[in-house]
Amino acid sequence: MSDIYVVGFHSTEHSSRAVDYAAKLAKKSGAALHLVQVIEWSPYSFHTPEELAERHGRREQELTRALAQVQPVTDELNGSGVSATCEVRHGHAGELLCSIASEKNADQIIIGRTGDSALAQRLLGGLAITLAQISPVPTTIVP
Amino acid sequence: MLKRLPWALAGLPIMAPAIASAQSGIDQAISDAVAPIVNPIVSTIFYSVPIFGTNFPLIVGWLVIAAVVFTVYFGFIQFRGFGHSISLVKGDYLDPKDAGEVTPFQALATALSGTVGLGNIAGVGVAVYLGGPGATFWMILAGLLGMASKFTECTLGVHYRNEYKDGTVSGGPMYYLSKGLSEQGKATLGKILAIFFSICCIGGALGGGNMFQANQSFAQISSIIPFFEGKGWLFGLIMAALVGVVIIGGIKSIARVTEKIVPGMAVLYVGAALIIIFMNIGAIPDAISAIFTGAFAPTAVAGGAIGALIQGFKRAAFSNEAGIGSASIAHSAVQTKHPVTEGYVALLEPFIDTVVICTMTSLVIVITGSWVPDSGVTGIALTSKAFEANFSGFGYVLAIAAVLFAFSTMISWSYYGLKAWTYMFGEGKAKEVVFKLIFCVFVVIGASMSLGPVIDFSDAMIFAMAIANIIGLYMLMPKVKALLADYKEKLASGEIKKIK
Repeated sequence: MSDIYVVGFHSTEHSSRAVDYAAKLAKKSGAALHLVQVIEWSPYSFHTPEELAERHGRREQELTRALAQVQPVTDELNGSGVSATCEVRHGHAGELLCSIASEKNADQIIIGRTGDSALAQRLLGGLAITLAQISPVPTTIVP
Repeated sequence: MLKRLPWALAGLPIMAPAIASAQSGIDQAISDAVAPIVNPIVSTIFYSVPIFGTNFPLIVGWLVIAAVVFTVYFGFIQFRGFGHSISLVKGDYLDPKDAGEVTPFQALATALSGTVGLGNIAGVGVAVYLGGPGATFWMILAGLLGMASKFTECTLGVHYRNEYKDGTVSGGPMYYLSKGLSEQGKATLGKILAIFFSICCIGGALGGGNMFQANQSFAQISSIIPFFEGKGWLFGLIMAALVGVVIIGGIKSIARVTEKIVPGMAVLYVGAALIIIFMNIGAIPDAISAIFTGAFAPTAVAGGAIGALIQGFKRAAFSNEAGIGSASIAHSAVQTKHPVTEGYVALLEPFIDTVVICTMTSLVIVITGSWVPDSGVTGIALTSKAFEANFSGFGYVLAIAAVLFAFSTMISWSYYGLKAWTYMFGEGKAKEVVFKLIFCVFVVIGASMSLGPVIDFSDAMIFAMAIANIIGLYMLMPKVKALLADYKEKLASGEIKKIK
């Protein structure tokens, strides 16, 4: 069985550099890529009653929107000869990447370094540090 | 949504000063006008029978008897299932694949923000003032029994909810009354009960869930900030603007900020109460003995033991809303593979609200010796006095807590009222905005007027919800029992199992 690299995906420039880097590595080693897009979400955050009622529908929308971002990149990778799969999940990015890496028996995790935007800062800045602390496999942070 | 906001709120400033300037006159006129209509309804719903020389409101008995029946019928589920409830809220049974859906914790937190409110601060003050320390005992008992009522109504809420194509859900007593009873071949009765419930729910939402909250939080604020004295309309406008921004403008961030502060305030409140209790640890045995002797053989309480019992039961019901049916609306949105899980989660609500928070308040009142019979110091003033005895300046914290609790209660009730409204008039953005506007106008009215009869009426409406709801619960409890048996079977067979 070929090696698996889990790649943290987000529609930012930094993330696409991580994908490019992962693709380059995969071509050399023949590894498969698994792109993971995480929608930040906490089971303990507070919602108004109205938000609760709409939550199920919103979740579907979020999943569809995210898949529309990650799926074309995955297809492109497959077209260029790199075997790639993808998934979209709700939760904490650090914890999810680690648990997916364990589930898939992955060889490494590859993520992009913190971007400049506040959003990327929130999603990826904390992520690099979290992975440095709890990742079960070697982690590469692509600048 | 945002575009609607300016005109939505524009009407309020024009109205409010007019209300204020002619306040006493309008007050009196409205009171006089509604009194003949309202008073008979209030006295019917709060119809009391004299027992041992004190008046016992039948509606309180109606709620407590139902709670006892459900407790026995479901085999003391609130005690035997307590551990399972905690486990569900912790998320032990959540499938990671469902991440992003409403969790049991979130449904519980939202429902609690609707129930934890002035009842926990002001209501307990009233109970202890009128019923003495012994009222605490009955309040705790009513809270424990009420857990079974919540279990029943929230299980039904999830089981009979409507799920729409756009992914939104609507649930609550109006749905289980109409759908559940029509399954039993009693569609007409179900429909009548559902409509009766909806009318009362709208009344309760505008009254107890809105005007009462605005009125009482204004009372506390104006006693602390002299600027606001006599400016109820201004306070009402500010509150109405904030409520309007959230419910009409769809600005959820304000609600989220408040709702983050509300649990914080609750923790601060309970923390302060615990500190006072520890500081006076020597007084605990006396306080406990006062609570027990007060429960069965009180002195200086009107109506003796029965008087203490009525006050305790009444305030517990006011505070935790078990049997009223409101919480079932909030719990219906949860993601679960089985409706019974939400029943288990919901039964924690009266426990947290009444058995923990209300008990803290009354312990502080009893321990600090703040309770003086016939002194006239009652309600939030009594609670405030008890806390001030140890922490001077705590009145300010209480005032902020009162406003925040009132705000979150209003947001929750605006939704309960809206669901009843759309149940009767149909879904649709325009219809929803009409109700939300009416709701905002009532915030201003509630804060700027002292309309005794209207506030009595709104309390009566909330309790009237229990008439239809509990009739339905009695008829549908075999259904809940069947669901419970099915759930236990699935737990035993491993079909539903712990993930963590």
